[in-house]
Amino acid sequence: MTTEPVQKPLLTKKDYMSDQIIRWCPGCGDYAILAQAQTVFAELQIPRENLVVVSGIGCSSRFPYYVSSYGFHTIHGRAPTVATGLKTVNPELSVWLVTGDGDALSIGGNHTAHVLRRNVDLQILLINNRIYGLTKGQYSPTSEHGKKTKSTPLGSVDHPMMPLAFALGCDASFVARSVDIFTKDQRDVLRAAYEHRGAAFVEIYQNCNIFNDGAWDQLVDKTVRDERCLFLTHGKPMVYAGGKKGIRLQGLRPTIIELGDGLTADDCLVHDETDPYLAAILARMDYPEFPVPMGVIHRKERPTFDAEMNEQLVEAKAAAEAKGPIDLQALVTGRETWTVG
Amino acid sequence: MKPLQTLDDVVIRFAGDSGDGMQVTGSQFTNTTAHAGNDLSTFPDFPAEIRAPAGTLAGVSGFQIRFSSHDVFTPGDAPEVLFAMNPAALKANIADLKKGGLLVVNQEKFQPRDFEKAGITSNPLEDGSLDEYRLVKVDMARMTKEAIEGLGMGTKEVDRTKNFFALGMAYWMYNRDLAGTEAWITTKFKEPFREANTRALRAGHAYAETVELFESRYDVPKADLPPGQYRNILGNQALSIGLVVGAQKAGVPLFLGSYPITPASDILHQLAGYKQYGVTTFQAEDEIAAIGSAIGASFGGAMGICTTSGPGMALKGEAIGLAVMTELPLVIVNVQRGGPSTGLPTKTEQSDLMQAMYGRNGEAPVAVIAASSPTDCFDVAIEAIRAATTHMCPVILLTDGYLANGSEPWRVPDVSAIPAFPVQFRTDPDGYKAYLRDAGTLARPWVKPGTPGLEHRIGGIEKAEHTGNVNYEPLNHEKMIHLRAEKIARIAVPDLVVEGDTGTEADPGELLLVGWGSTAGAIRSGVEMARSRGYKVAFTHMRWMNPMAKNTASVLRSYKKVLVPEMNMGQLAHMLRAETLVDCVPVTKVQGQAFKVSEIFAAIVKHSSPSSKGNA
Repeated sequence: MTTEPVQKPLLTKKDYMSDQIIRWCPGCGDYAILAQAQTVFAELQIPRENLVVVSGIGCSSRFPYYVSSYGFHTIHGRAPTVATGLKTVNPELSVWLVTGDGDALSIGGNHTAHVLRRNVDLQILLINNRIYGLTKGQYSPTSEHGKKTKSTPLGSVDHPMMPLAFALGCDASFVARSVDIFTKDQRDVLRAAYEHRGAAFVEIYQNCNIFNDGAWDQLVDKTVRDERCLFLTHGKPMVYAGGKKGIRLQGLRPTIIELGDGLTADDCLVHDETDPYLAAILARMDYPEFPVPMGVIHRKERPTFDAEMNEQLVEAKAAAEAKGPIDLQALVTGRETWTVG
Repeated sequence: MKPLQTLDDVVIRFAGDSGDGMQVTGSQFTNTTAHAGNDLSTFPDFPAEIRAPAGTLAGVSGFQIRFSSHDVFTPGDAPEVLFAMNPAALKANIADLKKGGLLVVNQEKFQPRDFEKAGITSNPLEDGSLDEYRLVKVDMARMTKEAIEGLGMGTKEVDRTKNFFALGMAYWMYNRDLAGTEAWITTKFKEPFREANTRALRAGHAYAETVELFESRYDVPKADLPPGQYRNILGNQALSIGLVVGAQKAGVPLFLGSYPITPASDILHQLAGYKQYGVTTFQAEDEIAAIGSAIGASFGGAMGICTTSGPGMALKGEAIGLAVMTELPLVIVNVQRGGPSTGLPTKTEQSDLMQAMYGRNGEAPVAVIAASSPTDCFDVAIEAIRAATTHMCPVILLTDGYLANGSEPWRVPDVSAIPAFPVQFRTDPDGYKAYLRDAGTLARPWVKPGTPGLEHRIGGIEKAEHTGNVNYEPLNHEKMIHLRAEKIARIAVPDLVVEGDTGTEADPGELLLVGWGSTAGAIRSGVEMARSRGYKVAFTHMRWMNPMAKNTASVLRSYKKVLVPEMNMGQLAHMLRAETLVDCVPVTKVQGQAFKVSEIFAAIVKHSSPSSKGNA
């Protein structure tokens, strides 16, 4: 008699929804991001017990409460540190870090830099709405110069930072971008982030309809997105605007070319996710000079922090065992002793 | 051959420039002394600067050791022997040398330009300022040079071996065997330094024997220590080992998140070498990342530890609150140093007690335990892990620079005899709620992510009493604040033990000294000294600062007067007054230096009533 292996029922998106009432404002872009993440969790069939969502402080950092997995809503800016400790002692877990532009780039900028350079195997979702929402409308490190907010009535004199260029400066091994309302592209990017071994940094443009409504409309509105977004595919030429325009390299600078009239897709730059020099160019491309690159900008495998830390433990143990059983008493006794009596 | 004169108790100090190898000299003398069977206590004192300009006061490094044929609890108030390798070392240390004490100077460094560097105007070897001491001038440089001639070493390298010449002289004076240090030199150095250091050591020994500069040589008989196997151990070492043993007794891997800071960094260095015992060490990007990673590790089912000093504690405040709120086990070690701000990085102080007790936003009670001696760091580390895992709470462990770098002989404990306290991770989903508590300890269940059916969310926002869900209701918040406080209050703390004159609330004794942390040795010795001279005085030592022992108020009320000596401006006295309403009198010292026994004795004399005074 043979026994059929017990087939666990497939997990659906609903299985990743917690029983907590979602407290984001109606119309908040976070709803769409939560829904895409839950859909991807189900597509990937990540066992709920192995899924951990870690966040800092801010509107987006309420995320863990709404996913029926393990979750840790930590303190402002420090989620990468908690995630690093967690993943290091428990590398089997799928750890997703959800953060915002203030949390990741202002108060937690230091930790963001270090978690990326260490390449801790995490999915990092930086939900960027260019404003402080939870504290009710102050400018953020990605707010545009001159932005008038409650704390900058005459306009901000801070220059905004470029999250993806910053991530590449930390030698991040995976850098991508998507938009809250680009649901399919967002799911593709989240899936790629999950499949990447290492710190996968995903910037997601999000609309705060209360304090910064229309933050990204000039790029992502249906009427303009084809002209102003460049959707990247590895190995494919950088063509946009319905095939009418493309990106070409002139010296070290990208330029926009009109296709047709002798110029074809073959004349365009071909996207290579593994090329860090190309990534540096793409990360700097911004509207209105250029269309904004979307999708996976850079992806290159390198050893992860958590794996190497655990390898050292295994190696040290093996090296010690080769000399004899590991003896706690020997540690306490030490090498130099003397006897009394 | 000089006759051997027996001494009971000796305090000797080696002082020189940071580059003179005084710490090596001191620790070698310590090891040899320990092997000879004396009880001992050491205190290294070094500058914060790695290499201050040579010959200046800022660069003076010292190492004091007291060794004895009886139990000693402190490294001694004042040395009777001082080795001064240059004028700066002489200037910085001479005030401590006992009148009539032996002063050995390295003659070649007493030149006009050396005086200038040390900021002195006349030659102390000739101006009569040292007349109260037995001055011995030794041309160490010349003799070291002669001893190692032919090894092809440069002047600078020759200079680096003269500390072994000084050590050799000290060994002769105290009738010590050279074998231990010779063996150590063999393992530590390559040729030609191995040969050079060995020759310098022997030359110093032979010189002392030959030239009869010293009136006598001394023998300090073995101390009557309890039988057993002993090692000499520094506070930071004992603490590191204690953390490893504690985690093993809890049955969980140890994770240390730490950012380098004096005087705690040695714990990070030490634990980094214990990976074979399941110890993960993470040098974080800053103090906050250090504690954040430790909290993440504890959430993941490991014993999260962080080690730091006062300025680092200041940065960890918010995260400690997170551990309080999420009720995860965590041990935060603060090796205290002089503050505020950067303060005195390499000097000792006890001024972070209130920071440990109250230094967080909100009502955030944390268990606080303090070590009393270098070897006690081992026991306290285990105790901290036990409390953290039993009650699911952060524990702050206080030591200080004096304990961290001080050493004493340690009777090696039998590890198998230390009781285990294995953690039981919850795996049963039936009836699970994240904040349902154990009726006795009030601990919530510890669940490792990865356990099916127990998925839950925690965070810094107030929790609903049982489910742990976000909750802002007024009465729930009040209930949770009381529960978190009650949980700490339920940590089992042994009653205070009183040594010396007894008293009761009905029939109070005269004078009680209450100590905490590293002052234990000086207070105990001061009280013993006073009692031997007829003073009526008692001593009690607090190991747990929060919660306090249940009998604390009763013990304090059992004496007419209570003194609280501490290396701060009276922080424990303040706490005790609040907790017990007893009008405790602070005895404070904030010089970056430990109490001397004589200072404690003086305080006892000052505060004793005429009727309780002895015949001193």
